[in-house]
Amino acid sequence: MSPTRLPLRQGAILALAASAAVTLAACGSSSPSNSNPLSGGSSKGTVVIGSANFPENQLLAQIYSTALQAKGVKVTDKFNIGAREVYYPQVEKGTISIIPEYNGTLLTVEVDKTSTAKTTDDVNAALKANLPSSMEILNSAAAQDSDSVTVTQAFAKAHNLTSIADLKAIDSKVIFGGPPEFPTRSDGLKGLKQNYGLTFKKFEPLDESGPITLAALKDGKVQAADVFTTTPQIITDKLVSLTDPKFNFAAQNVTPLVYKKAMTPTIISTLNAISAKLTTQELLAIDTKVIVDHENYQTVATDWLKSVGLMS
Amino acid sequence: MSFLNFAWSWLKSAQQWHGQSGIPIRILEHLYYSGLSLLVAALIAIPLGVLVGHTGRGRFVLVNLANVWRAIPTLGLLILLVVLIGFSTLTWLIPLVVLAIPPILVNAYEGVAGVDPDLKDAALGMGMTQWQVVRKVEVPLASPLIVLGLRTAALFVVATATIAAVISLGGLGRYIIDGLAANNYAEVAGGATVIVVLALAVQVLFIGLRRLIVPAGLRAQAKASR
Repeated sequence: MSPTRLPLRQGAILALAASAAVTLAACGSSSPSNSNPLSGGSSKGTVVIGSANFPENQLLAQIYSTALQAKGVKVTDKFNIGAREVYYPQVEKGTISIIPEYNGTLLTVEVDKTSTAKTTDDVNAALKANLPSSMEILNSAAAQDSDSVTVTQAFAKAHNLTSIADLKAIDSKVIFGGPPEFPTRSDGLKGLKQNYGLTFKKFEPLDESGPITLAALKDGKVQAADVFTTTPQIITDKLVSLTDPKFNFAAQNVTPLVYKKAMTPTIISTLNAISAKLTTQELLAIDTKVIVDHENYQTVATDWLKSVGLMS
Repeated sequence: MSFLNFAWSWLKSAQQWHGQSGIPIRILEHLYYSGLSLLVAALIAIPLGVLVGHTGRGRFVLVNLANVWRAIPTLGLLILLVVLIGFSTLTWLIPLVVLAIPPILVNAYEGVAGVDPDLKDAALGMGMTQWQVVRKVEVPLASPLIVLGLRTAALFVVATATIAAVISLGGLGRYIIDGLAANNYAEVAGGATVIVVLALAVQVLFIGLRRLIVPAGLRAQAKASR
């Protein structure tokens, strides 16, 4: 799951500490009596939107930002912050008011490391029960950036595959590729065997949904591989991620994590409307625009909001 | 726990010494990747170095090219080749050969270019052909440096053949890549230790090889001048 492996952590900590200090100093001078400069109170207070430092998360933050501005909400963008360990405490304190999150990783990395919740509903219930009181999650999108069992479209067609369960008929002929730790991960080979009864012919250690995994699929060195569901090559290399009805991989729905006091009814309804429209297919398509076609984030965000009728 | 404790706890566990992913098999795989790469690199670099050293032509190009060549990132080249040509022997062979060429090439060139011109004149004066001069005078006199180049290249290659594991091959790199992925640092430390020991063993092998290849007269000379 990409959001857990974010580099440049220390640089980001320094950068954030510096920017937070400046922000706090600036706010402190204008409203010394208010310990929380972001709480606003009026329906049109300023909110700070953050993002982690990888393209998809920044694009999601841009969509939130563009949509909120269109509703007249005053927004400050603080994109590209770094790893969850850096931005999460900032949301808890309120120096960041909104950040696009992935519910599964948010739960197991920050909120409850021992949680075994897998489905979207279970994960969100666990988050609602255990998040620190200053924060809440809004509605989850259907869109997920999760691990998946991915095959080529040709292979899926030849063997009639749509779900991971369909692999059962041919598993003894399938070579599976994934990151080197996949055999020992609970949602790796072990989980696939437990949940779907799959025993593959062989496992090839590759990389984390990176160039080597994609080359191995293309080359036919492996027939199925662990690929993140919003990897742009799924489109460009004609791949297909099989559905995971038994939630072998924990849900990773795009879900806004917000600082409660900064919320207004307008903000909540706007973000929930975005989540209602965002599917994995849509997310994959707009990810491809910024990652492969190098289109401008702002343009892609605006175009998408218009295409789903959230902006005119 | 220190690095050595980590490594030791992993090495002493008996299960590491058996089966398809056991240390002996991994060492053989590692030596295969290293050996083949070194052989191909030697077949390219020694003749080229000797040729340039003998004729003196293209010296400037060769020395500078060899130095620039060293800047090619081995891992980057490997990933590029996976993307371009997929998974074949050439995918791992080319990066390791590229890595091994510069030290062999430069040493072969320096060895031959450094042969005393008077000796070459004397050999030609005795009626030797150019080819005989190369074979009977220059290469034997250059042999200490040629072997040194091979030894340096072997050290590079044995240490770097670990990257084969990145593209799902075997070798001792498997322990490092898998260990890091699974946060099993004992495995990483153990694997790294085996690689260091293997690299040192290969160095000793080349010191032995030097005795076999370098003419006795040269060795006696080297001893006397020490």
